[in-house]
Amino acid sequence: MKVTIDGISIDVEPGTSILNAARQIGGDIVPPAMCYYSKLAGSGGKCRTCLVKVSKGSEKDPRPMPKLVASCRTTVMDGMEVQNITSPEVLEARKGVVEMLLINHPLDCPICDQAGECDLQNLGFEHGSAKTRYEFDRRTFNRIDIGDKIQLHMTRCILCYRCVFTADQITDHRIHGILNRGDHSEISTYIKAAVDNDFSGNVIDVCPVGALTDKTFRFKNRVWFTKPVEAHRDCDHEKCNGKVTLWYKGEDVLRVTARKDVYGEVEEFICNTCRFDKKKTSDWVIEGPRKVANWSVQSANHYETLHPLPVLKTNPALIEANKEQFERETRL
Amino acid sequence: MGRKLLLEHINVPGINTFEVYRKQGGYASVEKALKTLTPDAIVEEVKKSGLRGRGGAGFPTGMKWSFLAKPEGVARYLVCNADESEPGTFKDRYLMTHIPHLLIEGMIVSSFALGAHASYIYVRGEMMPQIRILERAIAEAKNAGFLGKNILGTGYDLELYVQPGGGAYICGEETALLESLEGKRGNPRIKPPFPAIAGLYGCPTVVNNVESIAAVVPIINEGGEEYAKIGVGRSTGTKLISAGGNLKNPGVYEIELGLSCEEFLYSDEYCGGIANGKRLKAVVAGGSSVPILPANLFLKTINNEPRLMSYESLSDGGFATGTMLGSGGFIAFDEDQCIVRNTWNFARFYHHESCGQCSPCREGTGWMEKVLHRLENGHGKMSDMDLLVDVSKKIEGNTICPLGDAAAWPVASAIRHFRDEFEWHVTNASEAVTRNFGLAHYADPLTKAEAV
Repeated sequence: MKVTIDGISIDVEPGTSILNAARQIGGDIVPPAMCYYSKLAGSGGKCRTCLVKVSKGSEKDPRPMPKLVASCRTTVMDGMEVQNITSPEVLEARKGVVEMLLINHPLDCPICDQAGECDLQNLGFEHGSAKTRYEFDRRTFNRIDIGDKIQLHMTRCILCYRCVFTADQITDHRIHGILNRGDHSEISTYIKAAVDNDFSGNVIDVCPVGALTDKTFRFKNRVWFTKPVEAHRDCDHEKCNGKVTLWYKGEDVLRVTARKDVYGEVEEFICNTCRFDKKKTSDWVIEGPRKVANWSVQSANHYETLHPLPVLKTNPALIEANKEQFERETRL
Repeated sequence: MGRKLLLEHINVPGINTFEVYRKQGGYASVEKALKTLTPDAIVEEVKKSGLRGRGGAGFPTGMKWSFLAKPEGVARYLVCNADESEPGTFKDRYLMTHIPHLLIEGMIVSSFALGAHASYIYVRGEMMPQIRILERAIAEAKNAGFLGKNILGTGYDLELYVQPGGGAYICGEETALLESLEGKRGNPRIKPPFPAIAGLYGCPTVVNNVESIAAVVPIINEGGEEYAKIGVGRSTGTKLISAGGNLKNPGVYEIELGLSCEEFLYSDEYCGGIANGKRLKAVVAGGSSVPILPANLFLKTINNEPRLMSYESLSDGGFATGTMLGSGGFIAFDEDQCIVRNTWNFARFYHHESCGQCSPCREGTGWMEKVLHRLENGHGKMSDMDLLVDVSKKIEGNTICPLGDAAAWPVASAIRHFRDEFEWHVTNASEAVTRNFGLAHYADPLTKAEAV
């Protein structure tokens, strides 16, 4: 099936969503997604950041769709034409959605462990405005511990439902879900039951914000000071293949996560033993450094991708002073 | 005097019992449909009648029925949406309370037409008396052989169940209703697939409003073409209007679509005018989620033609100067009512009832409510009006279900038509908390639209 997104055509399998077709093209035209997670069935459609405009329905029925559609849950039709970043209407709607997501978000990035690898932070940086128009109290919740390894801070939650789908599909039973409705709704466990399951730690990885955090890593370090390294081990859990990313600071493994792709989705879910209990280099077989996209703040600590700032290039005195840096850039 | 099709026998004593209802000619349509008509012929009949969904959207019922997928070996369901919770609408409750057998009769005929063998009436949880009335009526119908196995010896089986909801407004949205009926959290589903393909328990399902299903009875009794003669244009048949607010005679009225708004509002047969000799200021014509109109725009369209109570005429002028028939929740405001307060009240309702699934509605409804609360209580700013319009635009059309639109329209329209009243709440803040803005110019005759 042929689909055209922002003027770029691609052939995809029938049943592919617009978002996945865009991801096959890649680049700037991929709509951001806060709630869709390709590994979780039924996710998506809730956050509305991936709204796109369908300017031509299909070859058979070329009428445009009357409203903006959620690209993660709309399947492509043959000959469909989609506008994402070429449509001002879409950008306007997306800006509105980002504003809505942020009005009740505490914006405590300076003390949040997710900062630096936060989808909402990236989204706000790209599409949000610098100032808020919201002048009221933001909703707050108390932090609760769900199990001894995971902390839930509902104040930061954007209610993407990813963790609910994870618990439904990855673990053998789910004891947390959404309570209440509207902007009072919260993720919670049923009467503070502890989430205790071999795969429960994956809710931390799927959380797009800092609402679910790893208690073994909380306040240990900022992610951009750590060095991600790919590693694996022979995990004896039958559903876990032990492929992880280790986050080093000096000699120490500060945290273990699943390997995340460029869209922030894990490649394979890992078990809690790998995630929480194996924090020595001797537990792992190191494969090599993890590639980090150079737009990410995480790469700030990796000198091989740090280019000289543009301001340096205009001033001969500064070029002279930063000679070493310029040489490294040309060498690489 | 307009024709009454649904409420013809409403004043017969004991019409809520099976015997009296049957004596008045009730259940004739079941006999006619099951014994002489095929399911397809009934669907054709409903299509011919031009009946449009009475729940608010006005989608043609016959068309909806013909979209129902009919795969072999898969059950099909008919679900009646009796989760009536729109502020201002109370027609279904009235119908179920006083003439429950009409709904049951309609359910039997409609289920037969769609080939459903188990049908559900999803009633709002707060309507406990109506649930008991319906259950009693179902038992009576079953005793008389109109429900259960082998109805009237035709070999058609039908079980009818009443399911109380939990009282959430969102469960009136059809996919949320189905989720709730399945025993899950009442979150609207993402469409497609539409319920006609995968609805209740993943089976093809039709969800219809109480009044739409009840209207099938006169359609079968008299024939679709006969029914289509009533009304005007594409608005055929009769409609129940639940009139409330500052009226002399509030209540449920059955009108022929196409009745003029002025007659409906002022004639003694219907609402009888505004109570206590006051003047009309504004009207919400179809339940809280449709745009509000000032008196002059409600009685006359922008082209100075008289406005009629019909789907087309009420929406004449689009959202700029028109409104919608919606579910028929007619609310009139007299000159002493404050539009800002009313808008805040509606926004409060939608904030409370938003399911919290998708972000624009979850966050935006709360934001609008807070801003309107500030305006109403004299702490508003001049920029608030533009902010409200902008927030409502960001919600409208960007949500999973129509609740987002329903929350945005009343706010946007109130500011569009009553902006000076909002501004007065800012400029005269201390005065605004003690007295109302009054009628101002909202009932003045319309001036000719200026050519731009």
